Amino acid sequence: MSTGVLGTEKRGIRELGAEEKVGWDEVTRGVVLNSFEGDASNVAHQKAEERQYADFNSYTATVASWRIIKPVYNRDICIDCQNCWVWCPDTSIISRDKQMLGIDYDHCKGCGVCVEVCPTNPKSLLMFSEAKEQEEALAEWPEKKKKEKK
Amino acid sequence: MAITSVKNLKEFSTANDRFEGSHLLCPGCAHSMIVRELMNATDDNLVVASSTGCLEVCTAVYPYTSWDTSWIHIGFENSATAASCAEAMYKARKKKGTLPNPDAPVKFVAFGGDGATYDIGFQWLSGAMERGHDFTYICLDNENYANTGGQRSSSTPIGASTSTAQAGTHSYGKTQKKKDIVAIMAAHGAPYVAQLAPNKWKSMAKGFQKALETEGPCFINTVSACTTEWKFDPKDTISITDLATDSLMFPIYEIINGTELNILYRPKNIIPVEDYLGAQGRYRHLFKPENRHVIERIQKDIDEKWEYLQRREEARV
Ligand SMILES: Cc1ncc(C[n+]2csc(CCOP(=O)(O)OP(=O)(O)O)c2C)c(N)n1
Ligand code: SF4
Ligand code: SF4
Ligand code: SF4
Ligand SMILES: [Mg+2]
Repeated sequence: MSTGVLGTEKRGIRELGAEEKVGWDEVTRGVVLNSFEGDASNVAHQKAEERQYADFNSYTATVASWRIIKPVYNRDICIDCQNCWVWCPDTSIISRDKQMLGIDYDHCKGCGVCVEVCPTNPKSLLMFSEAKEQEEALAEWPEKKKKEKK
Repeated sequence: MAITSVKNLKEFSTANDRFEGSHLLCPGCAHSMIVRELMNATDDNLVVASSTGCLEVCTAVYPYTSWDTSWIHIGFENSATAASCAEAMYKARKKKGTLPNPDAPVKFVAFGGDGATYDIGFQWLSGAMERGHDFTYICLDNENYANTGGQRSSSTPIGASTSTAQAGTHSYGKTQKKKDIVAIMAAHGAPYVAQLAPNKWKSMAKGFQKALETEGPCFINTVSACTTEWKFDPKDTISITDLATDSLMFPIYEIINGTELNILYRPKNIIPVEDYLGAQGRYRHLFKPENRHVIERIQKDIDEKWEYLQRREEARV
């Protein structure tokens, strides 16, 4: 399962450990792993989908198999605050032009931080079992919670 | 020089990440939150050196790298050495006119864990600070040697249970206080020194920008909650960090030129340190009646430190 511009198919994503290994002596001299193909001097101004990632870049790998639970995103409630983006430890919240677009399930490890920091009521992100279908999860979304009295 | 806007979070979110996913840090690890906040605060070309530790080991597992910048894997004690020497070489080559791209904005950054910073690389860090290189050293302070199974470091606070200072029938965990690395670095005469936390993303991003803009050796200690060794649920990394900054266990402040101290975050409601300690497994034993005195000691130390910081801020000394 992957989202829009960063789709798995487009990237030819591989399971960690399943990649074809190159011997140490075949790697660029000095054991340099190039993160990009060709000129990389402008990457700070390029979005992921504009970059030429080399196979050595961990962006081309997936850790999806680490997850037992996954975050599901509900666009209807989201206020694009970007809390989830700033605190995701796995660069797995896809934001473009100040808008939250969704989750990069190739890199998400299911830690649940994004759900905790989401301020909406009900939350715009919730954790579900990895096996749960997206539509099913959205259909089960809770109603707005009344403020708990402290 | 265009630098990413950190005016508000929406602006900040337009930064293009240069720290990639599918690194192997634990789910919920604060190391990567901190690295993302820092790297997203600049579009300069970065030359980064990492000391051995979780960050280094988990972000360059052959055949992968998670770094979209120049990055070097160096010995446990040597990130300050590597970054400062790269800076020296860069300067020399600039002078000689042998750089292919002499006008590119390049900044030198070193990362080290608390083991690497407070203990094993302490002498090398001190040397680089004293030599006055133009670089920024970031300590990812999770208060233990996490990558090798949670041994105590000189950053581990009193009362924490670690694999080499274990709480039990005869021990309440570590018996010594945490080393004040921020004061030590400021005493080197460093032009910019700070202690920052990832829950306060804006002061983190701004502090790093300041350090990069400042000529000379800068040092930033960052609080890095470690789900595995502090023993809390990975989803709670930010809320634990909130408890750390709101109890003033980790005050957020900067020291400019060794004297000008500015407190960067004043909690509206200062919470008792018990709330912070109680949220983590490594302090669980302190809540036994015979260990309660340690909690009181920690609270007393915090109160005194806060008083001290406020006085220094006022006095400008
Ligand atoms: C000279 C040397 N001694 C010991 C080690 C083993 N070692 C690797 S990582 C590590 C712990 C790192 O702790 P810290 O710097 O706090 O980083 P953390 O893993 O906690 O982020 C140790 C002891 C080493 N690599 N080199
Ligand atoms: S669950 Fe964790 S890794 Fe996945 S998107 Fe949320 S914060 Fe990122
Ligand atoms: S934290 Fe919640 S409301 Fe904010 S951008 Fe993320 S999903 Fe939307
Ligand atoms: S052990 Fe701690 S510091 Fe190391 S990767 Fe895990 S959470 Fe991060
Ligand atoms: Mg450590």
